[in-house]
Amino acid sequence: MDKPKIATASLAGCFGCHMSLLDIDERILKLIELVDFDKSPIDDLKTFTGRCRVGLVEGGCANQENVEVLRDFRKHCDVLVALGDCATMGGLPAMRNGIPLRECLEEAYRDGLTVHNPSGTIPNDPEIPLLLDKVRPLSDVVKVDVFLPGCPPPADAIWEAVTALLEGRAPNLTYDQLKYD
Amino acid sequence: MPTDLAVFIQDRAREHGGDRTRLLDVVRAVQEAFGHVSSEAMDLVAQALSVRRVEVEGVVSYYAFLSREPKGQVVIRLSDCPSCRIHGMEAVGAAFEEALGIRFGGTTPDGRITLEHTPCIGLCDQGPAALVNEVPITRLTPGKAREVSRLLVAGRTPWDLAPKARDTADPVARVHALVDSNIRKEGLVVFAPMPPGQAVRKALAGTPEAVIEEVKASRLCGRGGAGFPAGLKWEFARKAPGDAKYVICNADEGEPGTFKDRVILTENPDLVFEGMTLAAYAIGAAEGIVYLRAEYEYLRAHLEAVLARRRTEGLLGRAVAGRAGFDFDIRIQVGAGAYICGEESALIESAEGKRGVPRNRPPFPVTVGYLDKPTSVNNVETFCCAARVVDTGASCFSCVGSIRSTGTKLLSVSGDVARPGIYEVQFGQSIREFLEMVGGEDAIAVQVGGPSGTCIGPAEFERHIAFEDLATGGSMMVFGPGRDMVQVAAWFMDFFVHESCGWCTPCRVGNVLIRERVQRILAGRGVPADVAYLETLCTTVKKMSRCGLGQTSPNPVVFGLKNFRPAWEAHLGPDDGLNPAFDMDAALADAVRIAGREPVHP
Amino acid sequence: MSDTFRFTIDGVEVTGTPGQTILQAAEAAGIWIPRLCYLEGLVPGGACRVCTVKVQGRFQAACAFPAGPGLVVENDTEEIRELRKQVVEMLFVEGNHFCMFCEKSGNCELQALAYRLGIASPRYPYLFPVRQVDASHPDVFIDGNRCIQCGRCIRASRDVDGKGVFGFVERSRDTRVGVDARTGLGGTSLTLDDRAVTVCPVGAILKKRVGFAVPIGERLYDHRPIGTDLERRGA
Ligand SMILES: Cc1cc2nc3c(=O)[nH]c(=O)nc-3n(C[C@H](O)[C@H](O)[C@H](O)COP(=O)(O)O)c2cc1C
Ligand code: SF4
Ligand code: SF4
Ligand code: SF4
Ligand code: FES
Repeated sequence: MDKPKIATASLAGCFGCHMSLLDIDERILKLIELVDFDKSPIDDLKTFTGRCRVGLVEGGCANQENVEVLRDFRKHCDVLVALGDCATMGGLPAMRNGIPLRECLEEAYRDGLTVHNPSGTIPNDPEIPLLLDKVRPLSDVVKVDVFLPGCPPPADAIWEAVTALLEGRAPNLTYDQLKYD
Repeated sequence: MPTDLAVFIQDRAREHGGDRTRLLDVVRAVQEAFGHVSSEAMDLVAQALSVRRVEVEGVVSYYAFLSREPKGQVVIRLSDCPSCRIHGMEAVGAAFEEALGIRFGGTTPDGRITLEHTPCIGLCDQGPAALVNEVPITRLTPGKAREVSRLLVAGRTPWDLAPKARDTADPVARVHALVDSNIRKEGLVVFAPMPPGQAVRKALAGTPEAVIEEVKASRLCGRGGAGFPAGLKWEFARKAPGDAKYVICNADEGEPGTFKDRVILTENPDLVFEGMTLAAYAIGAAEGIVYLRAEYEYLRAHLEAVLARRRTEGLLGRAVAGRAGFDFDIRIQVGAGAYICGEESALIESAEGKRGVPRNRPPFPVTVGYLDKPTSVNNVETFCCAARVVDTGASCFSCVGSIRSTGTKLLSVSGDVARPGIYEVQFGQSIREFLEMVGGEDAIAVQVGGPSGTCIGPAEFERHIAFEDLATGGSMMVFGPGRDMVQVAAWFMDFFVHESCGWCTPCRVGNVLIRERVQRILAGRGVPADVAYLETLCTTVKKMSRCGLGQTSPNPVVFGLKNFRPAWEAHLGPDDGLNPAFDMDAALADAVRIAGREPVHP
Repeated sequence: MSDTFRFTIDGVEVTGTPGQTILQAAEAAGIWIPRLCYLEGLVPGGACRVCTVKVQGRFQAACAFPAGPGLVVENDTEEIRELRKQVVEMLFVEGNHFCMFCEKSGNCELQALAYRLGIASPRYPYLFPVRQVDASHPDVFIDGNRCIQCGRCIRASRDVDGKGVFGFVERSRDTRVGVDARTGLGGTSLTLDDRAVTVCPVGAILKKRVGFAVPIGERLYDHRPIGTDLERRGA
């Protein structure tokens, strides 16, 4: 029988949650035994090759591309995991949610104290995905099955979640594994 | 406009002896004279009444009729209630916006006219209706809205909109010139005549205990909604230790669809004061308060006139009806726009000049009430019933109605009926009989007791109006064929979100969350799982909330899902795991505008 | 004492004294009832509702409801745990709680309660309200994003400090803590030694310049669930 597949992605995140995933240390070898990685920055696969048992998504949705990737994950994964605080509640990027988008752009590219941008232009290449009005937690956009909070979630929590889901049971986090910071 | 703010505030404070419990009266006066209570005014009021500035700001920011930002000299408040809505309120609103050139919440550029929505103003049988300052304007049409706007823009005053009332000196005739009482059916309790003083004199002929016994024997239950036995409440207040006691008449009448207290106060205020006076005798109170909702300000002059007459008749003041040692008088406390102030402990807080936030109970007002003294709070109609009980005897009163629900009940009828208005009926009437009476036989739903009450469909029209079956404080809204009950529930949730006092978590947050999901479903973006989500959420808000508001606010959704499930399901779409509530185009609209390019769809 | 009385919490018989609330009597018996707006030494607020218990089958706030002889109280039941969980979740979506950079994280009662109740994520949509930060005071700031409207600061300043620096303003979902000066917190009489400065259960009222003093792993609730101290004391 084929090994079950896992896919991962980082949307509006910092890759910290992926780093934490790698923090499972030698258990990474066991993981490779248990699963194949499908679409993921870990193996640099850009598109899904088939149905996945588990999708781990880090980061919230800040732009149109994030939404499309997330929807693609939802369509291809049996179980979708919101990995980390940004995926769960928007995280640091969601700090912009109280500020109108135009002001955010002007602050980031023109008016900010540390900005050096003599031309004052705000980047607008057609290749740049359009920003959403607000940074959305994943559950605002698709149905999420499992939440793993933490910034990042402890490696042990990720391990517990992944192994539990592969075994077909609900993850059971200990007090030390459920943290929001 | 008075020129000197400081002098004005000092004068108002002096009128009330610098009493901090009259804060609401002082800030109301400032609002009326200056169009807002400015930051400076709040400092001055704080000084004049020796309270903290933050308490003044707390009060000013709490009540809908007070504001910190300037409003127009004329404020148009269009009643936003399902009854008004189904009779064309939205078109009237659009006509106001167009004629005044402003949106709701806005003020004309010259700063003269402000346009707002306000929850039900108790004119449901003659809506759409609005208050222009304190002047009620009924039976609005888009044409009438344009005419009202034109006159106001031309500099006419609100009273010029009702010239007949303006030119009438007699206070009650003036009320009649403004609004219709619309009494469709008179019963033997509330609307039957009684010479002023008759019940009071009968009460004074016996002991206070005898009055309580008589009221207990009548099995009179409170008419304000909760249905607590009135005699028992008075007995508690009488027995509670306290060097002063108070009688409060609850005329806050804020439950959407209720307007019977307005009609009682218009047509038979003597009976109310009669009841208050014998209640005072029964419990040992020297002071009474009528807490009148701000929306009924136009009744005040009439009520003051009746109180003044009763004083000259010796029925109020020192030695009431000649009984040495029984002194009792009544003052009117006008609210400032907050439904929750109908809840008795919130009402007491408000009457003490504070934010109208309910108290923790126990202790109950009968032991720790107004100014921490034993207080009986009763509904307007309850006082009428009590007066009738004392006048005609308990057995005469309790011979109508049912065993548990004695006497008659006033119903305020509105919505899709041929004959809206006030009906005094005997308890025990079935909904089917009721619908025949009011001309609403084709109803698909009846909202009994307002949004916090029960909403039933035809399957339950054999049920009865009574405390033991369908309890109602008086609101009866009828919805006819074609009405979308999901839309109705969404309107009611707007109301509760607006009116939560904000003190406790489940009501403050939970109602916002309920409304979010109802609106989502109404917009066609709901999924089947939303039903279970709402059911759980509603249960939590009901169980965990601190007072009656939060304990009942989910009812429009609870009864909707129970009794009108197909109407809700018709709005739901399939669940494919992609949250249909997320609207990509809407979320990208700002970026599209800023970047000047359209999103590329894959 | 002669006028003590007995009643039960989850079937366990406990002793109450007149004037005690259910929460206080439970505490004396080593039974923890979750709470956020209650704090020993302040009058109860009855605002957060996480202390809700069932008394004779009716839901009541344990922090405000008087203990009484023969009462049958339910506290740690499946039904009540679930209801409390939902109320805590409501508080998270109502404000803007970015625990990852909050000075209070690890020492925060709201967060600790969520941990103890096992909340991985609220089931409700985040509301992302726009809230203000008032940093006008030299030593203390108040961050509305994290305020849960518990009212502890208001009661402490009014009843303990005798100052009335804080008070609720607005209503319904807009309810927030206002301060007793036009110019903000800096214009009030608040001083660092005020009780009001230390009572905030969350990271809404904080002293300036002392954040992040305790390293992660050594903070109050890093390893010890909230309430366990009290339970141990009673046991
Ligand atoms: C949110 C809320 C609003 C209320 N509004 C009113 C009201 O407008 N008029 C009223 O008489 N009672 C109202 N009540 C009921 C009062 O708390 C109280 O029970 C009543 O005034 C007692 O009078 P009764 O015993 O004569 O009915 C309300 C209760 C709640 C919880
Ligand atoms: S239930 Fe609502 S109205 Fe009542 S105390 Fe709580 S927040 Fe205020
Ligand atoms: S106050 Fe508590 S819950 Fe809120 S962000 Fe800070 S640590 Fe998290
Ligand atoms: S600032 Fe802190 S103590 Fe004050 S109400 Fe908010 S959460 Fe409670
Ligand atoms: S602790 Fe009891 S309601 Fe908050």
